[in-house]
Amino acid sequence: MNAYTLTFCDTTLRALASGALWWPDQRLLCVSDLHLCKSDRVARRSGQMLPPYETRETLARLAADITACDPTTVICLGDSFDDLLAAETLSAEDAGSLTAMQAGRQWIWIEGNHDPGPVEFGGTHLAAYHCGPLVFRHIATAQPGEVSGHYHPKYAIPGAGSARPCFLFDRRRLILPAFGAYTGGLRATDPVLAALFDRPCAVLTGRRAIAVPVTPSTRPVPPGRLRGSRP
Amino acid sequence: MNLPPVFHDWFAARGWSVHPHQQDMLDRADAASLLLIAPTGGGKTLAGFLPTLAELADGGHDGLHTLYVSPLKALAADIKRNLRTPIDEMGLPIRVEDRTGDTTATAKKRQRADPPHILLTTPESLALLTSYEDAPRMFAGLQRIVVDEIHALAESKRGDQLMLALSRLQAMCPNLRRVGLSATVEDPAAIAHGLACHPDPCEILYADPGPDPDIAMLVTRERPPWSGGNARHAIPAVLEQVKQHKTTLIFHNTRAQAELFFHNLWLANDTDLPIGIHHGSLDRAQREKVESAMVRGDLRAIVCTGSLDLGIDWGDVDLVIQIGAPKNVKRLIQRIGRANHRYNAPSKALLVPANRFEVVECVAALEAARAHDLDGDPKGAGPRDVLCQHILIRACAGPFDADDLFTEVQTVGAFSSLTRAEFDDCLDFCATGGYALRAYDRWKRLLLRDGLWYLRDPRAARDIRMNIGTIQDADRLKVRLKGGFKPLGEVEEAFAAQLTKGDTFLIGGEIVRYEGLREVSVEVTRRADKPPKIATFMGTKFATSTQLSQRVLRMFQQDDWPQLPGHTSDWLHMQRRVSKLPEADRILVESFPHNDRAHTCFYGFAGRNAQQTLGLLLTKRMEEEDLDPLGFVATDYATLVWGLNPVTDPAPLFVRDAMLDGFNDWLGGNAVMKRTFRASATIAGLIQRNLPQARKSGRQATFSSDILYDTLAKYDPDHLMLQITREEALRGLVDFGRIEEMLTRTAGRVDHVTLNRPTPLAAPMLLEMGRIPIKGAGAERLMEDTAAQLMRDAGLADL
Repeated sequence: MNAYTLTFCDTTLRALASGALWWPDQRLLCVSDLHLCKSDRVARRSGQMLPPYETRETLARLAADITACDPTTVICLGDSFDDLLAAETLSAEDAGSLTAMQAGRQWIWIEGNHDPGPVEFGGTHLAAYHCGPLVFRHIATAQPGEVSGHYHPKYAIPGAGSARPCFLFDRRRLILPAFGAYTGGLRATDPVLAALFDRPCAVLTGRRAIAVPVTPSTRPVPPGRLRGSRP
Repeated sequence: MNLPPVFHDWFAARGWSVHPHQQDMLDRADAASLLLIAPTGGGKTLAGFLPTLAELADGGHDGLHTLYVSPLKALAADIKRNLRTPIDEMGLPIRVEDRTGDTTATAKKRQRADPPHILLTTPESLALLTSYEDAPRMFAGLQRIVVDEIHALAESKRGDQLMLALSRLQAMCPNLRRVGLSATVEDPAAIAHGLACHPDPCEILYADPGPDPDIAMLVTRERPPWSGGNARHAIPAVLEQVKQHKTTLIFHNTRAQAELFFHNLWLANDTDLPIGIHHGSLDRAQREKVESAMVRGDLRAIVCTGSLDLGIDWGDVDLVIQIGAPKNVKRLIQRIGRANHRYNAPSKALLVPANRFEVVECVAALEAARAHDLDGDPKGAGPRDVLCQHILIRACAGPFDADDLFTEVQTVGAFSSLTRAEFDDCLDFCATGGYALRAYDRWKRLLLRDGLWYLRDPRAARDIRMNIGTIQDADRLKVRLKGGFKPLGEVEEAFAAQLTKGDTFLIGGEIVRYEGLREVSVEVTRRADKPPKIATFMGTKFATSTQLSQRVLRMFQQDDWPQLPGHTSDWLHMQRRVSKLPEADRILVESFPHNDRAHTCFYGFAGRNAQQTLGLLLTKRMEEEDLDPLGFVATDYATLVWGLNPVTDPAPLFVRDAMLDGFNDWLGGNAVMKRTFRASATIAGLIQRNLPQARKSGRQATFSSDILYDTLAKYDPDHLMLQITREEALRGLVDFGRIEEMLTRTAGRVDHVTLNRPTPLAAPMLLEMGRIPIKGAGAERLMEDTAAQLMRDAGLADL
C-alpha cells in the first residue's frame, strides 16, 4: 500500500494514498469526512438525484484499507454521515458491510458538524479522542498535536497536474483529506486554511502519496463544480 | 394570397417589386409547413413575414398571431427594427415586440398577460414560455411560427429543443402553420423533415440563388509558411484589399487566430484604416460598439469569427476574406453570402491559406464551391438529453399524460423514430434518476397519480426553469481591468489556469497583463510591456468535413497540379518521389527518426477531432506493445506520434476490434468523455447549472462532475446518461464516428514507408502547436520528482 511516512509530535504516522491515516505503533486507522448517504440528503433538500452509489464506493475504499492494515482501532473523524436523517437511510447491504468492518475492533465515531448526535451503528461516540501525544477531533482548535478533518483540503503542485485531496500538516497540527466519494475540496492556499498553518506540507492522495511543501498561489478554481451541502 | 393595396403602394413608393419567392410564400400562406431556401440578402425575412403582415393588416386579430424564432438575441432586435419601417410607413395596426434573456421582467410579465401580435424570440425563451401553466392562454390564437436561420439551429441541440417546443405549441394550437427560412444547404429535405409536424410533408421553395460568387485564392508575394494558422505572411496583401474595398469582413476559424491576426494587422496598418474586431468572447458592450460602427459605415474592415455568420444586416460589405482553410464548404458559401447585399450582384470573396497544406485545402474548397458541392454530416436521431429536459419543462406546465406526451414528441422529425421504451427511459430518468439501484422512492422528482405525472415538489419548477437551454458556456471567466468593473471579454478557465502573474495575452485587440484572480474574474492591467502570449481560448474548433477531406485525397491522385501554386505542387511532387501520397482507400503510415526519437505519421484524413482521438487510441496500443510513445500531435489530416522505439508493423495497431475495446475501456476514462458527460448531464437536469443560491458559498462542498461520471461508470454502466455520453462521443470532440468511417474505408489496407528522415508531407507536422504528452506511468514519475525537488529546496526532505 502506497504511503508517505511522516513524523508528527514525536509519533510516526503513515499518510496513505487512499486518504486514510495509519498509526502503526497504535494499530490505529483514522479516516475523516466520509459523508455517507450524501446523495439521499441532496435529493431531500434540493430534489437533485445524484447517482446513489457513493456510500457503497466509500465503504468499499474503507474496507480495502482495513483489510490491508488490520487495525485494532478505527476512528471516523466526524461528518461520517451527511446528516443524522440520512444515516437512517443506509441500506441493509451497506449497514452489513459496516458491521463486518467493525467486528473485533474498537470503533470510534467522532462527532462532526453534520452528524452531532449518536447514530444507530455500533461503536463509541465521542467529541474528541486522546491517544498519547495526539488528540483526534473534527474541527481544528488551538491545541497542539491535533488531528482533525472538516476542511477537505486539496492541493495542486504548481505546474504539475490538477488538485488532489491532501493531508496538510505542520509542527502542531494535521488535517486529513475528505475520504468520502462525493466530497469536494478547499484549496490549501485558501486564507481559511492558510491561517491555520505555519509553512505547511501537503501529502497528495490518489494513486501515490506525494509530499510537497505548500506555496501560496493565485490559481483559479477549476470548472465544473457541483454545489452540494455545506461541509 | 394577394397583398392588400396598401402594400403595393408601399413597394411602389420605394421602387421595389415583390420578389417571385416572396409571392410564392404568399401563395402558400395556408400550407401547414413551408421551407424557403434563399441566399443571404434575398429578402428572406420579409418573405417570411409578408403573409403575417397581410393577414394582420385589417386589425381583426386579437392576441398573438406570429412567433418569430431566431438563433441570436441580436437578430431578434434587428428584425424588430426592420419590421417597424413597413409597419409604421403603411400605418398597419400591428404590435411587434421581442422577448429574449435581455428583456426586463416587467415587460416579460406584461407580454404574458397581453401578448403582442408578433413576438420575436429565441429557442430558449420560447421553451421557457411553454413551461408556464398559463401557456395555453398566451398562445391561444397563434397562427404561424417563423423559424429564421433554421439551417444554423438545425446543426445543434438548440434546434432539437425548438422543435420539441413546437410540438407543444402545435398541441395547443392545432392550426399552427410552420415556416422555415434557411440559407443554402446541402440537404434541404433533411431541414424540411425537421421542421414539419411529422409525418406531414413540408414543401420546399427555392429563391433564385443569384449569380455564382466570385471567389479566388489571394495570391501573396510571400509564400505561406509550412505550418501554423496566423497567416502573417498575408497581412500586406490583406491590407491592400481592404484599401480597395468599401467594407471587408475578415473571417477566422478561431477566436485566438482572430485576435492574433487583428494585432498583426494593426501593427502593419500605416494609414490608420478604421478596423474593428468582433467575436463571441468579447464583452457584449464591446461587440455592440463594433456592430453599430459597422452599421454606420465607420469601419473599413472587421476581423471576426463565426459570431458574424448569421444574417444580421451589417451594411455594405463588398468583400469577404476567409483566413485559413474553410474546413467546410457550406460554411464558406454562407460566409461569402455576407458580402454584397444587392440581390443580383455576385458576392466577392478571397481565401487565404495560412500554411502550405491549407493551399491544397483552399483549392479543393474552391472547386467544391464552384461545383455547388456542399458538405454536411447526416444528423443522428434526436438527442435524449434534450428530450429529458423537455419532459421536465412539460412537467412545470402542469400534470401530463405520458401517452399524450409520447405522441407529441413523435411528431418531431428528429424524434420520429424514438421507441416507447426509449421515451419511458427518459421519463423514468426524470422521475427517479433512472438508477439500477432504486434509491429515491421518497424523493422522486415526478409522481404518477391517477394516470397523470406531477412534480412532487412544485417548487422544483423554479430550478428547472433556470436550467432551460442546451448551450454550454460554463467554463468561461470574465476578464476585467484591475479596479475597473466593465469586463473586456471572457477566456476559458483552462486558459486562465495556465496564467501566472505577469503573463500577457491578447483580448479585444489589446495586450493585457495578468495580475491575478479575483473571485470569478481574471484581473488584468493594460501594461503591455511584453509580446503577447497567444490567447488559446478556443471558440469552436471545426474539423475539416468528410467531403472536403475526400476531395483533397482525390486531388492527390492527379499526375500534376496545374491549379496549385508552383511552391505547393513542387512540394507534392517531392512527397511522391520520396514516399507516397495518401490514398482514400488505404492508410499511409510513415516512420522516420528525428531528434533521437522514433517518429510515425498516420494519415487518416478523419478531421482534427478524430485524429486527436486516434492519437490517444494509437499511443495506448503502442504502450501495450512496449513502443514507449512519448507524445503526439494531430491535424485535420494526420497524427504524428513520437516515442523511444520505432514502429515496425503498424497494421495490427488498426485492428478494428482492438480499437473499439480501446474506445470503450480506456477512452471511457478520458477527460474529453467526461466533458461530454458534463454537457449532457447538465442538459438532462442531473447537474444544475444555475442554482438560486450564490455560487460563492461553501466552496469545499462542491465537487467535480467527473466524480459522478466515474461512479456511474463503475456501478451503473448502462445508465441512460452514459448511453447518451457514448452516443455523443461518436460525434463532436471525440468524433469516433469518423474513425469508424476511416477504418471501413481503408479496411486494413496499410502502407508503411520507412525512411531515414522526415518526409515532405510529415515535416510540417513537426512544427505544429498543440503537442499532447502521454500521461502514462511517466507523468506520475514527473510529479513525484517535482515534489521531491520542492521538498529538498524547502529543507523539508527529512520531515
